[in-house]
Amino acid sequence: MTAHTQHQTQEKELSKTDPRVKLIAAKMKKENYKPDALIEILHTAQNSYGHLPMNVLKYISKELHLPPSRVFSTVSFYHFFSLKSKGEHTCLVCTGTACYVKGAQQILNEVERVFNLKPGQVSADNKLGVQVARCIGACGLAPAVIINDEVQAKADSDAIIAKLKSKMETV
Amino acid sequence: MNRHDLKTIIYAEKAKEQNNKQKHKLCVCCGAGCISSGSEDVLKKLQEEVKHRGLESEIDIIPTGCMGPCNQGPLIKCLPEYAVYQKVDCSNISRIVQSQLIDKKPIEDLLLFADSRPKPFIDAQEDPYFKKQMKIALRNCGHLNPEKIEDYLVHDGYKAYDKVLFEMSPEDVIAEIKQSRIRGRGGAGFPTGFKWETVYKYVSKQKYVICNGDEGDPGAFMDRSVLEGNPHRVLEGMAIAGYAVGASKGYAYIRGEYPLAIKRFELAIKQAKKLGLLGTNILGSEFSFDVEVRIGAGAFVCGEETALIASIEGKRGTPKPRPPYPAESGLWGKPTLINNVETLAAISPIINNGGEWYSEIGTAKSAGTKVFALAGKINNAGLIEVPMGTTLREIIYDIGGGIQGGGEFKAAQTGGPSGGCIPAAHLDVKMDYESLTSLGSIMGSGGLIVMDQSSDMVDVARYFMEFCMDESCGKCVPCRVGTKMMHDLLQKICDNKATALDLERLQELAVYVKEASLCGLGGSAPNPLLSTLRHFREEYENRIIHPEVKSKTDLQPTT
Repeated sequence: MTAHTQHQTQEKELSKTDPRVKLIAAKMKKENYKPDALIEILHTAQNSYGHLPMNVLKYISKELHLPPSRVFSTVSFYHFFSLKSKGEHTCLVCTGTACYVKGAQQILNEVERVFNLKPGQVSADNKLGVQVARCIGACGLAPAVIINDEVQAKADSDAIIAKLKSKMETV
Repeated sequence: MNRHDLKTIIYAEKAKEQNNKQKHKLCVCCGAGCISSGSEDVLKKLQEEVKHRGLESEIDIIPTGCMGPCNQGPLIKCLPEYAVYQKVDCSNISRIVQSQLIDKKPIEDLLLFADSRPKPFIDAQEDPYFKKQMKIALRNCGHLNPEKIEDYLVHDGYKAYDKVLFEMSPEDVIAEIKQSRIRGRGGAGFPTGFKWETVYKYVSKQKYVICNGDEGDPGAFMDRSVLEGNPHRVLEGMAIAGYAVGASKGYAYIRGEYPLAIKRFELAIKQAKKLGLLGTNILGSEFSFDVEVRIGAGAFVCGEETALIASIEGKRGTPKPRPPYPAESGLWGKPTLINNVETLAAISPIINNGGEWYSEIGTAKSAGTKVFALAGKINNAGLIEVPMGTTLREIIYDIGGGIQGGGEFKAAQTGGPSGGCIPAAHLDVKMDYESLTSLGSIMGSGGLIVMDQSSDMVDVARYFMEFCMDESCGKCVPCRVGTKMMHDLLQKICDNKATALDLERLQELAVYVKEASLCGLGGSAPNPLLSTLRHFREEYENRIIHPEVKSKTDLQPTT
């Protein structure tokens, strides 16, 4: 059933008065509807939606006169773009070399054990999403974890689990 | 604005600076590392404290870029004494202000490296950590406010740009760069001067300059720190490059993972435009140049130049066969110059001090300095810049402060997933392009991960292969399939399920992938495997079961 509802929401017609749609429209206008600005426009779209719903991609492809396949293939190529919601709260574990050497995997294992979520998965209630990054460039502070855009330096698994639990309870 | 107006502004700013010379300066590191450790709160608290004590007229508080020792952050540097305080938190700010600025007595137990040195240096410049370094690309990174163009102007900012525009021809600029012998800092080490000359020689109405800030190597954060700490320096380098090769448009391609770098670079462009340093007829000269930021979307392969160009054009970032090189046919088919952030950051000092000055630093074949990102099992993780030819031992023990927890050094990994490992036996290797290549590693962009005895080298090779497998764009078969097969074989060895035949096949595959791949990603993907095999072969062999099985004929089904 969940899959069905999700499908329906994704295919819903975009409302032109939605402020998020307006943002994307303004960005496309600013870029003169040039197809080479596709990635920039996708960044704007993802920033306002948190991910890239299918109807938004269709809207962008129509406006830029690009085949939907071209838009979709670009989205699926880059790690940064996500077709699915990332969850209300996000826990992103850096698995760059420095973090790896200093035990990022143990943190991931612990997160998986406690919340039963593997990297790329979102909890059933959409409260928490777990992701991994290749390197966030905070190697001096390894291992690093980003919880809702806030970098947790020299992370240890207990503190991360506690922080995630408290975040999930507050909202 | 013309040249005269700019000089007036600089003159006024310098006069202001002169008047402020008596003032104490408190530089608070606001690099990405220190911000993650809470330096923004420290900055706010410090401003409150100074205001509360009514010292605003005597003390300047400057939020700066990265100072280097990231894992000791947040850092505060007091000038002119050059006392650096580490791990500052809001509770000891009042103490620092009172003691350092009013009583003029540094607090020794809070000084940089107070916990690791028998006695910390009151003047941090005396500390071997700083003494062994030589900052050219990172110069002023921890001194000036990256969000203020005036700060940059006071520190001779855009001086080289002005000199180039009014006193030098494009040929002169290229000659100067060639004389400096600087080589591309992105990893491959191609001579920058020759690259510039090639682009210059192609006749075209439209040419482009691209700044490659898609720092994808895990374990590298040099470009990030330069872009965050001194964005104007990179912008100036791009504009000088534009003038030299005859380009009128520049793109800075910055990783989407670096929001602060993007923000500061965009701000720098805005400020430079306002002062007429970008735009048409810059400072009254014939030269016009404009820069735009393009945000990367998280694909390691986009560090490869042809893939990066495809990404700027809004496409999937897949590489193209070369030739034609971007210098001939790059962005939208036009001649394009692509340089790394660090290379561009070194341009203005070369113009200001002359190519000869730069060429005398470093070794015979690798001139200048190199920024390294020290990370892993090392005490002083962070960002350093040393002359080429500094030995690995000096970097790890004198600057890096040795191995964390008193462990034993096992290997240093350079060049990320395209590089290799340097074992303890080669600790005295000189860090330059040739020496590292001869050991089977590469200089790479400058990530330097230190490993101790607890690191399993086979697993390290597997880790990097997994990375390459995941990041392979899928365009060519050797890379797409080869990295997957090599990864599976490495996984088999890690699981203690492999035979000697697997190891043999692994080496065979490594050669195929290396030789047959379309771009550098596949071409260098086997490097971590080959170098760990070369230096730590016994770790592989110890895990092999049935070492007697050497060929396919030995592998008869047992049933």
